[in-house]
Amino acid sequence: MSGDREQLLARVTEALRVPAPRHHEVSAQPRKPSVTAPFREWLPPVGDSIDAQIDLFAKQSDILKTEFCVCASLAVAAEHLSRLAQEHDWKRLALHRGELTDAIALKLSPALQLLPVDAGYEKDDLETADAGLTECESLVAQTGSVCVTSLSSGGRALSVLPPHHLVIARRGQLLPDLAAAYEDLAIKYASGYPSFISLISGPSRTGDIERILVLGAHGPKKLTVLLVP
Amino acid sequence: MISEVQPSDLFNTDADRTTADQSRRAAVRKALGNYKNARGKSESAFASWSHARDAAATIKYEGVNHLDKYLREFEEKFTARGGKVFWASTSAQAREYVINLARERSVKSIVKSKAMTSEEIHLNEALEKEGYGVVESDLGEFIQQLLHEPPYHFVFPCMHLKREEISSLFERELGSPKTDSPEELTMIARRFMRRHYIAADMGISGANFIVAETGMISITENEGNARLTTALPKIHVALIGIEKIVPKLADLALLLPMLATAGTGQHLTCYNSMYGGPRQPGEIDGPEEFHVVLLDNHRTRLLADPEQRDALHCIRCGACLNVCPIFKNIGGHAYGTTYQGPIGSVITPHLRGLQDWKHLSGASSLCGACTEACPVKIDIHHHLLHNRRNAAEERKIWWERLIWFGYVELMKRPWAFKLALRLAPLGQRFHSLVLGTPFDPVGRWTKTRDFPEASPQSFHDYWQNRKAEAQ
Repeated sequence: MSGDREQLLARVTEALRVPAPRHHEVSAQPRKPSVTAPFREWLPPVGDSIDAQIDLFAKQSDILKTEFCVCASLAVAAEHLSRLAQEHDWKRLALHRGELTDAIALKLSPALQLLPVDAGYEKDDLETADAGLTECESLVAQTGSVCVTSLSSGGRALSVLPPHHLVIARRGQLLPDLAAAYEDLAIKYASGYPSFISLISGPSRTGDIERILVLGAHGPKKLTVLLVP
Repeated sequence: MISEVQPSDLFNTDADRTTADQSRRAAVRKALGNYKNARGKSESAFASWSHARDAAATIKYEGVNHLDKYLREFEEKFTARGGKVFWASTSAQAREYVINLARERSVKSIVKSKAMTSEEIHLNEALEKEGYGVVESDLGEFIQQLLHEPPYHFVFPCMHLKREEISSLFERELGSPKTDSPEELTMIARRFMRRHYIAADMGISGANFIVAETGMISITENEGNARLTTALPKIHVALIGIEKIVPKLADLALLLPMLATAGTGQHLTCYNSMYGGPRQPGEIDGPEEFHVVLLDNHRTRLLADPEQRDALHCIRCGACLNVCPIFKNIGGHAYGTTYQGPIGSVITPHLRGLQDWKHLSGASSLCGACTEACPVKIDIHHHLLHNRRNAAEERKIWWERLIWFGYVELMKRPWAFKLALRLAPLGQRFHSLVLGTPFDPVGRWTKTRDFPEASPQSFHDYWQNRKAEAQ
């Protein structure tokens, strides 16, 4: 049952018989047109070098209140994570299987209980986990965003249900802008996108009460991004 | 929602009342002052905001002006991934579909993230009437739900409330302790809501964009409540107006930062999530079923008006409300509409009847701040004029016609015009007899302003005398 499909579409087609005037310029063609994103040039500019992009990601993370940490090696990233676990007295860390998450997990203290979600999970268990560790598709320098999908980051809930979201990413995953992030997804998933894609920019927040910023509205109160070579 | 009172009468009394509420107005002004600063900063980060506006308008123009093609494309792609599309001509059809679905799947509990379409069709009331409990999960919407009040602003639902009022509300409704900390209040809602995400078997959401190319919907939010609503329950229903279409996924690389900038002054909203179907084979979680309800509810009436079709380009950022001098003074509730502010005044007469809602076109100073603030370049303030013209053409008012007829006859005869000028000061002496009474013909003006005194000498006479004196 699809409702009023035919009638609704017929009304749309009939309504569109007379063309509408434009109130905007279409002649505004960028100097360096891009096939997928012809508007790229008008967006906030991003430096060309990887270092400039790391700097911009760090600057945006600062504004967004994301903890961003450039780590010299996987071992350093694991140390950082262990320190966080100790500081906040974490009992359980939820995570998914992946090249980077597996490597980190091997280096963690056995006292920290691991909760892999790959074979399914109890919602209550995931909700009471102290943190969720995921990989990502890409990092976006322009906006300080982490692009996750249901395939790269352990499904839909792991990156939003626990109160602290940890992301581990390689330097090569840092992309300049949003247009590049969409291009990256289009190439990886030419044969079919994951059912869920999200651009995460900082920990969950709200300004609903007197427009005052509060972190941790419904999603994670903290977001940590660890960048490894 | 049937009321005997005319919307225009209700508007007049409500606007009078809310305009007199100085403390409420101060709270709204303060909130909007912060917005203005943040937006300015975020806008200036763009290499060219004005070119970006043209590019965004180009995308929405393409989508809306080929809506039939793109809706078909969306349906095909979305259905191929296991999603179900329901086409609703009316709000009643949309409501029935959701209620029947809840009944067929024996749904016990429903959690909902922000959807203005659901306010538009009064979905919560309908579900509650059928015995289904619905919890609004967006903090602002949750507060408004507890207050039994519609949202004040379609982006900032409870911007008019002070923390003391929210604290008392939570104390009364949730039994939480008194606090004046926005953070503590947010945590009370967070704790309350968590149980609902886990228990709910149906999640209802709206959407900011429909992507034709990939068969996805895109939801923009800061809190994470929409992500939880669409991750945990086994059924996801999204209720979306048909005009939300964009042709390509990569179009969002422009529209998402523009929506954030114009909406809240952020560079990018915290979560921008794209959903292309229910849980797919090989995925860990996600709903088993994903239904998209495409809602017309008279949008095609607006679509059929080429002059105002661009009003359907709206991405509901709320920028036009935030800069509107009328909104700042009368507030969101006085409009009596689902969509408040300038854009609401433009589209409501199309969605709910021109004659009943034409008074909103007068609730404007025509300053054009809305048009300037619009990220997709909708010609908002001219559309208010178009609505005024259309309303007057559709139903001519006899006494207005009589006045204009008299005016034309007067202006055609110089002697009559001169005579009228001479008589004006005389006639004005009688004005004081009715001033302040319901019989004052210009009572709407004199209620808040002085009526200027007619000069005993016309400019024409003055000029002639001056010339005579000079000679």
